[in-house]
Amino acid sequence: MHELSITRSVVDAVTEHAGGSAVRSLTLEIGRLSGVLPDAVRFCFELCAAGTPCEGAQLVIVDTPGRARCRDCAADVELPDQIPLCPCGSANLEITGGQQLKIRQLEIGD
Amino acid sequence: MCATCGCSGTTAPHEHGHGHTRVITLELDVLAKNDQLAASNRRFFAEHGIVALNLMSSPGAGKTTLLERTIRDVGGELAVSVVEGDQASGLDAERIRATGCAAVQINTGSGCHLDADMVARGIRELGPPDGSVVMIENVGNLVCPALFDLGERAKVVIMSVTEGADKPLKYPQMFRAADLMLLTKVDLLPHVDFDAGRCTALATHVNPGLDVLPVSATRGQGLAAWYAWLRTRRP
Repeated sequence: MHELSITRSVVDAVTEHAGGSAVRSLTLEIGRLSGVLPDAVRFCFELCAAGTPCEGAQLVIVDTPGRARCRDCAADVELPDQIPLCPCGSANLEITGGQQLKIRQLEIGD
Repeated sequence: MCATCGCSGTTAPHEHGHGHTRVITLELDVLAKNDQLAASNRRFFAEHGIVALNLMSSPGAGKTTLLERTIRDVGGELAVSVVEGDQASGLDAERIRATGCAAVQINTGSGCHLDADMVARGIRELGPPDGSVVMIENVGNLVCPALFDLGERAKVVIMSVTEGADKPLKYPQMFRAADLMLLTKVDLLPHVDFDAGRCTALATHVNPGLDVLPVSATRGQGLAAWYAWLRTRRP
């Protein structure tokens, strides 16, 4: 459950950037190769946000698919799961996307 | 600017029934704080010529036994000290200290992994000498530790032949992050149904750049190759 400590870091960072204002919503980008489960983050969010400016904020999660470049055929492919495999049969891929774990934006106000 | 109606947010109250909100674009990496602390650990290790390795595995794969044997075998040649991460107890640090090696125990409590800050505190307490090797034994867990950079020179995943050979496919994040896989307890191969060739193929499928070394910490098989690998990591 690293999602608990990750969600705690998210709430801390957002609270710092909100500068004392209430947070209405926050948008997270969670790549499918980031190793973080969006559902687990949702589960932890309410818990971590309680008593902070994030309490009651809407959590929007943008799910980014994994992408990779094949070192054998040079194709740029989307990865449907965690296992890198190019349609050409090669597993020798360089991961180019889907590892993001970012706070994209927040909406603050009264 | 108000995110709802686009007004400046400082104008007189509106009649359209909402408060003023403002959108702040952050594009902030959630692990940025850990990564900064890890970079600071990495600088410290580089300045002092220290090789730090992050050892990760499931519980029971044989991390501590391998460390005890490694310290006994190479301790005369390489100064080794250990940061032990466990959810609770000081048992592993006591085992390591019994070999004559310096060790600090970090208890993560409810946490399932070591992070860069815990390692920084552990290193301050340990005070490893210049030019030494610091083994960081992470919490036994193949999921969470893969995400947290500790500032190590290399990540080593340890897997034993008493586990399922398909683990690299079940925990791809870990095997993708690792630089070296040590396949431990190979002395048990005649007694267990474990296809080492298949396991190695699956691990290198997930991570084509992964080095794989089969070892037995109790019988000594393959340890020379592990120590050779360790020597090549020194500055």
